[in-house]
Amino acid sequence: MRQRRHTWQTLLTGTALATAAAVGLTGCGGTTAEPKADANAAAAFEGRGPINYVSSRDASGAANKSIEEWNAAHPDEKVTFIELPDSADQQRQQLVQNAQIKSDTFSVLNLDVVWNSEFAANKWILPLPEDAVPSGQMIPATVDAAKYRDNLVGAPYYTDGALFYFRQDLLTAAGIPAAPKTWDEMKSACEKILALPEAADMSCYTGQFDKNEALTVNFSEAVASAGGTVVDAEGKPTVDTPEAKEGLSLLVDGFKEGLFPSDAITYLEEQGRRAFQDGKVVFLRNWPFLYSSLSATDGSSKVAGKFGITSIPGTDGTGVSTLGGRNLAVSPFTANKATALDFIKFFTSEEQARKRLELSSRAPAYAALYDDPAVVAKRPFFPTLLESLENAQPRPKVVQYGATTKAIQEEAYAALTGEKDTDTALKDMQAKLEEISAK
Amino acid sequence: MSTASVPRTAAGPPRRQGRGRGTGRDTGAGAGATAGRTPGEGRMAALLLSPTLLVLALVIAYPLISAIHQSLYRAQSGLDADGYVTEGEAFVGLANYVDLFAGESGRRFLNAFGNTTFFTVTTVLLETLLGVALALAMNRAFKGRSFLRASILVPWAVPTAVSGLLWRWIFQSDGIANSLLGSEILWTAEGTASKLAVIIAEVWKTAPFIGLLVLAGLQIIPEEVYEAAKIDGAGWWRQLGSITLPLVKPTLLVAVLFRMLDALRMFDLPFVLIGPGKESVETLSMLAWDESNQLRYGSASAFAVILFLYVAAVAIVFVKVLGADVTGARQLGAKRRERQAQRIQKAGAAA
Repeated sequence: MRQRRHTWQTLLTGTALATAAAVGLTGCGGTTAEPKADANAAAAFEGRGPINYVSSRDASGAANKSIEEWNAAHPDEKVTFIELPDSADQQRQQLVQNAQIKSDTFSVLNLDVVWNSEFAANKWILPLPEDAVPSGQMIPATVDAAKYRDNLVGAPYYTDGALFYFRQDLLTAAGIPAAPKTWDEMKSACEKILALPEAADMSCYTGQFDKNEALTVNFSEAVASAGGTVVDAEGKPTVDTPEAKEGLSLLVDGFKEGLFPSDAITYLEEQGRRAFQDGKVVFLRNWPFLYSSLSATDGSSKVAGKFGITSIPGTDGTGVSTLGGRNLAVSPFTANKATALDFIKFFTSEEQARKRLELSSRAPAYAALYDDPAVVAKRPFFPTLLESLENAQPRPKVVQYGATTKAIQEEAYAALTGEKDTDTALKDMQAKLEEISAK
Repeated sequence: MSTASVPRTAAGPPRRQGRGRGTGRDTGAGAGATAGRTPGEGRMAALLLSPTLLVLALVIAYPLISAIHQSLYRAQSGLDADGYVTEGEAFVGLANYVDLFAGESGRRFLNAFGNTTFFTVTTVLLETLLGVALALAMNRAFKGRSFLRASILVPWAVPTAVSGLLWRWIFQSDGIANSLLGSEILWTAEGTASKLAVIIAEVWKTAPFIGLLVLAGLQIIPEEVYEAAKIDGAGWWRQLGSITLPLVKPTLLVAVLFRMLDALRMFDLPFVLIGPGKESVETLSMLAWDESNQLRYGSASAFAVILFLYVAAVAIVFVKVLGADVTGARQLGAKRRERQAQRIQKAGAAA
């Protein structure tokens, strides 16, 4: 049994720290630029004992199993699983608040890849030794997403990439031999397919376009698929470019030309799934988690056995997926850093990743697992996903990610709804992103 | 006949008898209520109230002062050569407030301020009309009345976030709303439709609250008044305008005040139903949340303080101008007058 043995102590320390922080916050007058405690100096991983692993829930139970195995082998360095709310915003808020009061309650943090830069730059997570992860065996994009300015700050736990779902039955009926690889191929395929009587009421394509993180994902993918970037390697915004314009135009024209369903502007992942599953769209960009519900043979899915998957389309050649997923990182405020580091190494090892695949369909960071026949038999979409991941780009790696994604959503949304033309939207986006990165 | 009444309560300063402009029915009863308190009583009252005051200071005064204090600071963050955040808080005076009216943040603030006001006015107006209608319906004696009362209360009992989700399903592009209307309105996208969606869901949820409070007010109106009106030949509308509404007004004003204060703080419904970051429905609370989510606690506090001042101003205006009787002082007076009237009646009958 996992027991919260230290509930009271942690609660008391937590409260004491919170009070201290509150007093400090209100007590200190007009001081400027109070230097932070230097987290880097303590980067030596010392101290052993019980630690807490803070993470969103793992409904499959796979993470709990890994922890149980660790606890059985390390009775003096037990790991307690602290579950956070399902909403990513709320997870981030709790993690940030704990870091701000320097609470030692959270030892190992499960971080979304897009929070990586913010947490690293604020020294809310420790730089890890280079040998903490076997980076040679991992998909390069996942290791890259765990770095901040060339320092490894997290260990890739699982990853995620876009898949392009298509209706194989309709492609066959229209006499199209292979799934489209570019937007132009997709458009001409749609012309043929939508002329079919059985596809009369269908739309061509949809992604996720509601004003949400998903729009940032879809916008970044469109820009990257057209050969552009949202921010460059130094974190400087680069959306005022012909490539970015071409990318955004793909989406804007999709709406204008009726390529997308007219209500796609309200679509998140779930609405897109329903549209595809109910036979309203021929092509769909979405995450791999849909695969099992789309192939359900209990009658809930009209497209079971009729669809195929491939990489998302680009302007010339295959498109570029953004990278999702999670990294594990060590809090600088925990007492038992040596245990935390060892636990991360254990938890993100290939052996544990393989074991978790028994229960969970979360995509591991290890490339070898995608070719494993035993794994592929259970997760048929893995080989396609690997192709997508090998080509994937992280979303903007910036410290102020929250403000960045909001600016992107606002301007991209304005362009998609026709409130602004593409040039103005991108110009305004560039200005907003420059202002944010200057802060 | 009219005797000076004893002090009603030992605690608290004696209140002036409410003499609202609207009613004009005050007879001057209880004019002597200000007299008759010994110093000892005052000390005792202070002692008995002190725990309450302490708790209030802790949970209301402290956070408030802390928020005001915080709103005068701003996080100064930049990146050093290694990409680490150099952070500190600097005293910026009223700069956070000045920024509320300038540039991009000013535009967002004014938009949110406008939305908050718009939602408050429209939803409270519709809720009041609907709530009064509901109360009138619930107050009539008919078969299945208790069932109706219970069913009307269901929306109020549903947590706002849950009702936000329910309405989200109703309003999604292939949802019930569109199939009933035969339309293809994108309710959850930016635009007027999303405002309408929020208003509909909010009114659905909170009209029962007004209905319930007004029902309580209706039930203390004595039946005889209506009987007398009937004998005089007053029709339903005349009864409503001359008896029901004036007599239920004190209760109604309190209900409307509570709803207004609540609506000004609206957060969860637009957040869940339409989504964060949609400017069409962004309220001041959502803006404050968003700022604090981006770790800009200074400007978040400034938003919160402005919202607090706005709410306080509305409450004060409402109480002073319309004479909403929040504390129940006037109702106590009314009851006393009623009792006196009954005594007079009895005395008259006996004579």
